[in-house]
Amino acid sequence: MNDRANVVLLTPRRRASLRDTHVTLAHGSGGRAMRNLIEDVFLAAFDNPLLSPLEDQAVLPLAELAAHGDRLAFATDTYVVSPLFFRGGDIGTLAVAGTVNDLAVAGARPLFLSCGVVLEEGLPVETLRRVVASMRRVAAEAGVHIVTGDTKVVERGAADKLFINTAGIGVVPKAVMISAGNARPGDAVIVNGTLGDHGTAILIARAQLALEADVASDCRPLGGLVAAMLDACPDIHCLRDATRGGVATVLNEFAASSQVAIRIDEAALPLREDVKGACEILGLDPLYLANEGKLVAIVPPEAAPRVLAAMRAHPAGRDAAVIGEVGEEPRGIVVLRTGFGGERIVDMLVGEQLPRIC
Amino acid sequence: MKYVDEFRDPAKARTLAREIRGLLATIERAHDRPLQIMEVCGGHTHSIFRYGIQQLLPDSVEFVHGPGCPVCVLPMGRVDDCVALAERPEVIFTTFGDAMRVPGSKKSLLKAKAEGADVRMVYSPLDALKLARAHRDREVIFFGLGFETTMPSTALTVLQAKAENIRNFSLFCNHITIIPTIKAILDSPDLQLDGFLGPGHVSMVIGTRPFDFIAAHYRKPITIAGFEPLDVLQSVWMVLKQIAEGRCEVENQYGRIVAESGNAAALDAIQEVFELREFFEWRGLGSIDHSGVRVREAFAEFDAERRFAMPNLKIADPKACQCGEVLKGVIKPHQCKLFGSACTPETPLGSLMVSSEGACAAYYQYGRIDTSGLKKKIAA
Repeated sequence: MNDRANVVLLTPRRRASLRDTHVTLAHGSGGRAMRNLIEDVFLAAFDNPLLSPLEDQAVLPLAELAAHGDRLAFATDTYVVSPLFFRGGDIGTLAVAGTVNDLAVAGARPLFLSCGVVLEEGLPVETLRRVVASMRRVAAEAGVHIVTGDTKVVERGAADKLFINTAGIGVVPKAVMISAGNARPGDAVIVNGTLGDHGTAILIARAQLALEADVASDCRPLGGLVAAMLDACPDIHCLRDATRGGVATVLNEFAASSQVAIRIDEAALPLREDVKGACEILGLDPLYLANEGKLVAIVPPEAAPRVLAAMRAHPAGRDAAVIGEVGEEPRGIVVLRTGFGGERIVDMLVGEQLPRIC
Repeated sequence: MKYVDEFRDPAKARTLAREIRGLLATIERAHDRPLQIMEVCGGHTHSIFRYGIQQLLPDSVEFVHGPGCPVCVLPMGRVDDCVALAERPEVIFTTFGDAMRVPGSKKSLLKAKAEGADVRMVYSPLDALKLARAHRDREVIFFGLGFETTMPSTALTVLQAKAENIRNFSLFCNHITIIPTIKAILDSPDLQLDGFLGPGHVSMVIGTRPFDFIAAHYRKPITIAGFEPLDVLQSVWMVLKQIAEGRCEVENQYGRIVAESGNAAALDAIQEVFELREFFEWRGLGSIDHSGVRVREAFAEFDAERRFAMPNLKIADPKACQCGEVLKGVIKPHQCKLFGSACTPETPLGSLMVSSEGACAAYYQYGRIDTSGLKKKIAA
């Protein structure tokens, strides 16, 4: 043991290790305990040349950024999901994929992320390690580096276990002009796969329902998929990831911003059978359920087959489908053609979707 | 989805719609004014809007959305009582999700929760009982709500609580019963209804016989209907067939679920735990005799009304609200002065705007565009 201690003393650049099993207020105090936590948990996982000096900021080389395009995309999101772990992901996968996707749907190539965490006193360090390992895995998959961060510890009860904020920077290639206001009559509406998986997985993980279903969250980064779509059609009109509020909310945003009507076909919506079943039992509408790896694209009609083929060739778009088209009237409204042959409006949701009584 | 898609087949829907048009042509009355069929149950209202069923039908028949959404007919004073219970520090107040947003005179349960009350959404009264077992130091109150459909599960939960001697569980009983309410509507002088779709899931419990008086005494045809879109269309056809043939009977379209005599085990549980109240207050309809139930004396220890003090005030509906007229089919939701202006799903004044089963919310959400154009297109 003595020998090992000496080795540590003699090689000060070697990373500190963390022996504590639970997060304490000391880990947020700015002293040695915090340093140990940062080095042994975060730096060990995210290690990269921009992060490892552990300065108060990451300094990003402009030339590298400029090589990818002519505009920066900058986004931030905060993750407070409960429970922390669920089928198909955890708060760490969400924290990376969510912000990456916010950048990607601008057509940007996501490059750098920050990672701020709020830890509740008493959080098992093992839990934090699992979450950080997920962040590392998804960041690698997405091709982004986590280059700066912050750690705060709050007293027990002042936060629910673990909150994460990530901000991200990406670069938008020249000529890519994606905006919710760009939909034109005649355009095709495309989604990249089954809807409502994440929302259903979370409902089941909360274990409030005596429901069992093998539904996993669809949480994944979409930068690669978007790049493939842009290769197939640089002129994608609208693109957004359908997170909270689901596809219905995104379509309403497109319809309102572009002052167009959007018509979708119930029969064309890609839905897993077990998600359909859970929605049927709970009286929920999958169009409003959250997704974490799904996007809605509006593309010129002539490009639709090309974009669809490119999406289906990508792992994140295997079940991609055209679900409807853009029309002129009624402006600002989303209409669903029901599988039954009727039509109805798909409005913005008021508040939370609450299960029906009977 | 197996056993569901079969009841949503668009080709069969078109066939049925054609049959309905044919029938309507033979009914002379339908040439002067649209025939009005009331769907009593909120579940039907939900299906009608969700699947766009009205658009499949010709203009000569229309739906009147009845009082069968338990959330919608809950009077404000009762919501105030819920809030008062929920705000007691020792209480965990449990409720079905869609009752959370119903406005009381000062606030909804959702607002009370935001202000610190321990209000929890449950999916079954048994979940509330589970909470009571897990939190022996707290008082867990279940907000019992709904018609005969939800009454048996509440009754069984009370029986279970008694069997296990769980002392910190009680029921705030707001269960209501549909028959006196249909009768009140039928007695209303401004009534123009031509027939009824009977509530399928209520009938699963109480059977079809309690509806006999509608046909026998009031001479209106009624069909007990299922909730899938083809169920609704077929039931409309059955009501029209009765009208065309001059019959007034209770017919059962929902035979796969509903037995003539109902469900004996469910009825026994209801009978054991509940008794009729003298009267119960309905939002929009006022006080209706024998239209609610309360917990029997034998289960007094599980009755929140006996165990806790409550304001128990009668709060009048907002004056300009025309929920009553809408419930009786005298006016359509959008004909109410407040519809879409003072009363919206974000800021509901009348409760019909609150639940997705409420006629006004359904109109607002699904029906704001002029559907006449759509209708022509689909018929063509």
